[in-house]
Amino acid sequence: MLSYLLQRLSDACLVILGVVSIVFLLIHLVPGDPVEVMLGESASGADRAALRTALGLDRPVAVQYLDYLHGLLQLDLGRSIQQRQPVIDLVRERLPATGWLALVTLCVTVALALPLGIVAAIRRDTAWDSAAMGVSLLGVSIPNFWLGPLLILVFSLWLGWFPVSGREGAGAVVLPALTLGTGLAAVLSRMVRSSMLEVLHEDYLRTARAKGMGPLRVILHHALRNALLPVITLLGLQLGALLAGAVITETVFSWPGIGLLTIEAIQSRDYPVVQACVLLISTTYVVVNLLTDLVYAGIDPRIRLGGRA
Amino acid sequence: MRRVRLPLLIMLAWALTALCAPQLPLTPDRIQLEHILGPPGRDALLGYDDLGRDIGARLAIGARTSFLVSLWVVGLSLLVGTLFGTASAYRGGWWDRVAVQVVDVFLAFPGILLAIALAGLLGPGLDNVVIALTTVGWVGYARLARAQVLSLRQREHVLAAEALGSRGGYIMRRHLLPLMAAPLIVEATFGVAAVVVAEAGLSFLGLGVQPPAASWGAMIRDGTRYLLVAPHMVLAPGLAMLAVVLAVNLLGDRLRDRLDTRLNDDTGMRE
Repeated sequence: MLSYLLQRLSDACLVILGVVSIVFLLIHLVPGDPVEVMLGESASGADRAALRTALGLDRPVAVQYLDYLHGLLQLDLGRSIQQRQPVIDLVRERLPATGWLALVTLCVTVALALPLGIVAAIRRDTAWDSAAMGVSLLGVSIPNFWLGPLLILVFSLWLGWFPVSGREGAGAVVLPALTLGTGLAAVLSRMVRSSMLEVLHEDYLRTARAKGMGPLRVILHHALRNALLPVITLLGLQLGALLAGAVITETVFSWPGIGLLTIEAIQSRDYPVVQACVLLISTTYVVVNLLTDLVYAGIDPRIRLGGRA
Repeated sequence: MRRVRLPLLIMLAWALTALCAPQLPLTPDRIQLEHILGPPGRDALLGYDDLGRDIGARLAIGARTSFLVSLWVVGLSLLVGTLFGTASAYRGGWWDRVAVQVVDVFLAFPGILLAIALAGLLGPGLDNVVIALTTVGWVGYARLARAQVLSLRQREHVLAAEALGSRGGYIMRRHLLPLMAAPLIVEATFGVAAVVVAEAGLSFLGLGVQPPAASWGAMIRDGTRYLLVAPHMVLAPGLAMLAVVLAVNLLGDRLRDRLDTRLNDDTGMRE
């Protein structure tokens, strides 16, 4: 287990270093002079020189890179150009909103995916199955930025149940979470279905039925528990998709999280903030993937031993 | 054949609209102030938008945008990814290890995030959308191609060709690529659906086409401001996009069954 752990940790560190490098290079991709783009054409020469020095763009790229890494190690993400405050403060302000949205979305995802997948599995090759999988295909294909406005139209404007946008009140999270959760639930329900199908023919289920256990109890207590491991793994991997999807969904609902911050920063050409947001979301994704792998390996010895063979 | 007829028809309609749109007598940019937010009617089957422009005509131009972008992005990604993956697997050694590391780093950016950042920094415009989506898209094909080559290399006909002294490029062209084509085509089919959504997503965020050019994503964004008074502004482009994406996904499923390739998608899900 220890060698597997070290191997995965060093892999993840390399990947994170690569991600940091790409994020660092992003600002050098801006066509023309990034300082000019950020300040606009009306800025004076002195302002430009000041910003150039502040961003370190007047120094060799290698020195900038080392500085950037050095800053990151001290959790220094640079200074926002528009807000004139450290980026880390802006990010800290927005984190709770995204965290809350992610949490509710995961609950919505599970609440949708489990019944859909279970029904499809136990009623295999019936109309139930095709209906559930049809819903799932629809959920995969429907983009967030269309589903969001549709939900607003129906539940906010026509029915008036939830606010149109923002984060006022407890109900505000429902529509964004539903928007984000639908796509994830669609993928997850297929996984629930296929892993349920694998366990449904096991002997221990026949035994449970033979001793007179009710069908619901058999499904929930014996089948589902054994089918859940791959489902939980996928759920971990989906957290990354969730964070990326949050960028668009938060924009649709003006949800004041990291995703909206990213888009605002892109629009106001506040590149240090863009870099910080991309870095934060990607490293979260890498770390969550790593944790999922490690938990899975901890539970299932075949994983960590398989790597050695 | 029965279950692919409708998806095929939708795809065909999409492609034809996209290719013929410039020749059709459409006026997607003509502003008619008296029709602002007008509902669907006889003159404009899908109604008018917030500037009084014909939504049906803009839908056709939007179809062209998404068709061209997905053609370019999937084509370029397929080319770059296949070459990269094949070369790295065939060369092996430290070259391959570095290549795998590079692919892993690109895969560490979740979903469309890197494309959003790239498109945002490069500035608006369709060429930048293509660059951004290709930068994100090629890795999937590279990983698939590499895995394919690694398993195909051990096949006897490849070993025989090597024993006969054929050169690497020849073996790749004649013995590897034809066998890799099926899974790559399946992957590319799903790739089209992903790119259609991604292009619309970038345009929705204001990072794609610039006005007055039309894109389904930009149309949806414009429509969200008038949801209550003119829901047709959001419904029309969304339904068009949903139809195309569903059709492509269904075709991809059928194609995968037909070609019998077992693929691992990005979520690690096995069907």
